[in-house]
Amino acid sequence: MLWQLFLVFIKVGLISFGGGYAVMTLIQREVAGKGWVEAGEFQEIVSLAGMAPGSIATNTATLIGYSQSGFLGAVAATVGIILPSLIIVIILTASFIRLQNNDLVKSSFYGLRPVVTGLIIYAAIHFGLSGRSESLLSWSMAGTLLICAGCLTLVTKYKVHPFGVILLAAVAGIVIF
Amino acid sequence: MNHTVTRQMKLIFNIFGVFLKIGPSTFGGGYAMIATIEQEIVCKRRWMDEKEMGDMVSVSGSAPGGVAVNCAAFIGYRLGGVLGAVAAVTAITLPTFFIVFLLSFLSVIFKDNAKVEAALKGIHAAVISLIILAAFKMWKSSVLDTATLIIAASAVILLLFTGIHSFYLILGGPIAGIAIVLFKRSKGMFVKTEKEQTEEKRELHFPEYYI
Repeated sequence: MLWQLFLVFIKVGLISFGGGYAVMTLIQREVAGKGWVEAGEFQEIVSLAGMAPGSIATNTATLIGYSQSGFLGAVAATVGIILPSLIIVIILTASFIRLQNNDLVKSSFYGLRPVVTGLIIYAAIHFGLSGRSESLLSWSMAGTLLICAGCLTLVTKYKVHPFGVILLAAVAGIVIF
Repeated sequence: MNHTVTRQMKLIFNIFGVFLKIGPSTFGGGYAMIATIEQEIVCKRRWMDEKEMGDMVSVSGSAPGGVAVNCAAFIGYRLGGVLGAVAAVTAITLPTFFIVFLLSFLSVIFKDNAKVEAALKGIHAAVISLIILAAFKMWKSSVLDTATLIIAASAVILLLFTGIHSFYLILGGPIAGIAIVLFKRSKGMFVKTEKEQTEEKRELHFPEYYI
């Protein structure tokens, strides 16, 4: 199991272009395919991962590893998702490849970036709707939408720090739900 | 000989200490952290100069993985080789790792508490809003013309309606990008492959939450 966790997150780490939320889609597909974590549990994990500092993707890996095989599982998953980045950055730094000025690389990122955007949009839709048994017009859904809209306003208009928004949303959740 | 080894060990230890401190401050993640690193590494310790910071942003943005971890690996490697990179990455990950653990324990203890469940629901809504924000920002720097619009739209549609693994999308994106640029150039059209540098620079000092 440990080895399997390690391998799955190595795979995720290798293709985790765009970092963070784009990777959530990768992890969700991978984990759902293995039947490790069900949708409701995954949502809870994502909420916890969002509360901690650092990359939400790495935090999710830690929590999934922990839920599957305890402390060692968490270590295996975390090392797995980080190792490919570490190795690739070392290779790039050591070889002095000036990636940004290479035309082929520029064209590749020109095509890759919209895909990453797509992955993030899908993550928003997926986490917004999945794991909900109630209908779209329920009180709970209205509450989620309300908090969501409130957070967007706070961050964009009043430049509130994301962590502050998360704390406020927790309070709002207690009031509403 | 022994002297150099001690100095090397001291350097590695220093790198570890600095990134241990930066780790928990990566709230807001990714690009927000670059400002912190700049202050700590360039201004305070003078370990690197502004030009190297530019290289760092470029390398860590093009490698897979979170920008925070990639930056740590870059600086660690430049200063102390492979061992330095390992020290920096471990140090930046460790605090978060334990905070995640603590949260996970707390959540198990209070699992059946209705208030905690409600708070988590609220946080879930907040995370969704942060994802939407990230998508919006990413959209602005990636959807530059009709071709990129079509790529982004097809990625979402494929993910929603087929069971396609994201790996193929991540593989397909660059292939499509190269093909489109070659095709457009063969027709004598100009292709802007990225947003202007000035805009990107300004964006860097803006707190982002998508890494």
